[in-house]
Amino acid sequence: MSPILEVKDLQTSYGHVNVLAGVSFSVEQGETYAMVGESGSGKTTVIRAIAGLAPAQAGSVKFDGQEIRGLSERAFRPLRKDIAMMFQDPTGSLSPRLTIRNLITEPYKIQGMKDRDLDAEAKRLLELVNLPAHFADRYPYQLSGGQARRVGVARALALEPKLILADEPTAGLDVSVQGELLNLLNDLRERLGLSMVIITHNLNVVRHVADRMGILYLGRLVEEGTTEAIFDAPRHPYTNCLLSANPEPDPDARLERIALKGEPPSLIKRPSGCEFRDRCPVASDICTQVPKFEVTGNHAVRCLTPLHL
Amino acid sequence: MTEKLLEIDNLSVDYETARGDLKALRNITFDVNKREIVGIVGESGCGKSTLISAILRLIAPNTRFRNGEVRFKGEDLLTASERKIRDLRGDDISIVFQDPMQTHNPVISIGQQMVDIQHRSKASKAEKLATAAKMLGAVGIPDPEARLRQFPHEFSGGMRQRIAIAMALMSEPDLLIADEPTTALDATLEVQIIERLKDLQNDFGCAILFISHHLGVIAELCDRVVVMYAGAVVESGTVREIFHHPKHPYTRRLIECDPGHIKERARVLPTIPGEVPDLANLPTGCIFRDRCDQAFERCAEVPPLTRLSEGQNAACWLNHMEEPA
Repeated sequence: MSPILEVKDLQTSYGHVNVLAGVSFSVEQGETYAMVGESGSGKTTVIRAIAGLAPAQAGSVKFDGQEIRGLSERAFRPLRKDIAMMFQDPTGSLSPRLTIRNLITEPYKIQGMKDRDLDAEAKRLLELVNLPAHFADRYPYQLSGGQARRVGVARALALEPKLILADEPTAGLDVSVQGELLNLLNDLRERLGLSMVIITHNLNVVRHVADRMGILYLGRLVEEGTTEAIFDAPRHPYTNCLLSANPEPDPDARLERIALKGEPPSLIKRPSGCEFRDRCPVASDICTQVPKFEVTGNHAVRCLTPLHL
Repeated sequence: MTEKLLEIDNLSVDYETARGDLKALRNITFDVNKREIVGIVGESGCGKSTLISAILRLIAPNTRFRNGEVRFKGEDLLTASERKIRDLRGDDISIVFQDPMQTHNPVISIGQQMVDIQHRSKASKAEKLATAAKMLGAVGIPDPEARLRQFPHEFSGGMRQRIAIAMALMSEPDLLIADEPTTALDATLEVQIIERLKDLQNDFGCAILFISHHLGVIAELCDRVVVMYAGAVVESGTVREIFHHPKHPYTRRLIECDPGHIKERARVLPTIPGEVPDLANLPTGCIFRDRCDQAFERCAEVPPLTRLSEGQNAACWLNHMEEPA
């Protein structure tokens, strides 16, 4: 079966700033793919470029076999039915002057689906995300963060998309609400066969929801594989640092923490050789060479001295 | 004998609203000892922020203190003069806010901002700059002298939060309040900030009141924890007791819900069904009753926060089963 989303060598620059330096990954139908990395690694740009909301100067984005990179806004519009975006800031992404009913049924209007009974759709969508029907008359400021998040999900699901691109879907949510939202997404994935790309820096979330994951560093994937394989035996030293930095809710957990040296390098002056070597705890002389993205089985790594191999 | 630095004693705070009084804090009681790190954990709307603003008396006009005291070194802050409070703020008590991107003035250099906040000191500008550089070095910012000339946008989020910490510690406060200082940061930076706070607490000997909804961070950093739910303290005690032997169903559920706690990969994550009660229209009895899976008849009465052992207090009738109702 061909993947629902296939991204090849995607590149984005803003002026001289080379934000994405060739990102390739694919997502199968019904699969959840997590993209992980620190601030500034290009996570958000990846999904915005896929959704045609950020420029992509080179590379290819195939959705359901069709090339969609570089489409005009107008040509992209019919595709928005199939590719839905969940934005990072739940309240900020909802227009403050529209009621929840109008917000979640707006996609029908934009797509010109005049035959829909909007009240009934609003009711159905609210039910889908476990919000009471009377919320249809509320305004965004009357919602809590978790509720606004669910409205965002309802809006993304309105047109029954095939692919959801979710930018930090649980950022700023309390743990109990976070569980609720992830369970909801998972349930929808199973019932509707949705595919998802989730951007997050919360590794605890990734472990439970993602089938496969990619680790992004300075606009390049440095490691990719099944979630289990990466959590069990990370191969890139950066992934290892990230995993070890995950604080555990146990005061007696003695963590073998691997400190990450320094700050992320500037995208304007990319380091030579391996771009991680200045911060890498295991860097050696060989790392002045540029590492290739090497695939062994279904686990790939961009490192000349990989771990656990 | 540990010395008490901050004592919150039976504090109740309301907000007057058009819908009636919103009971944001009800009978909050806990202490912070000198040189101790106390965590406050609770979900959005549990009153964490109201509590901080009550301590610093940085309050909205519709805030009403209904009862209780906030004592700092034995002195009640709620009745202290405005002048006295102003002397305390930023000197004896300082604060690090949640969002490092909005803490600093974007059009003034970091050095100037760090000199400005030393306005109480009689030192010369050169000396103040030297102090500023020293503090930047202490929070791990390389090449501090040159960095002082730079503006906030030239620093990353993690660096800005470290600068905020440096500024908060410059006056060598006795109490540092940190309001979700790592929420806006990535896991790697979060760890950096926690490690830095631990070191600095060691060097400067200040007490820290650390507010977070991230249980992992609390477990790692704090000596004691106060668990809040819907404006009330439901449990407090040492980190070890709270995380290993929670005595309130809410604490237990909260810990169970943390995905970091679940070692086996789970497709379905545990949640706490139900919503936080409306604080303007409080339900009777135990505040957690509607969402509690262990509620029974006695929960129709409000349970008191009771001392269960040396290191633990909880407000739940389940801990009173032996005694007659």
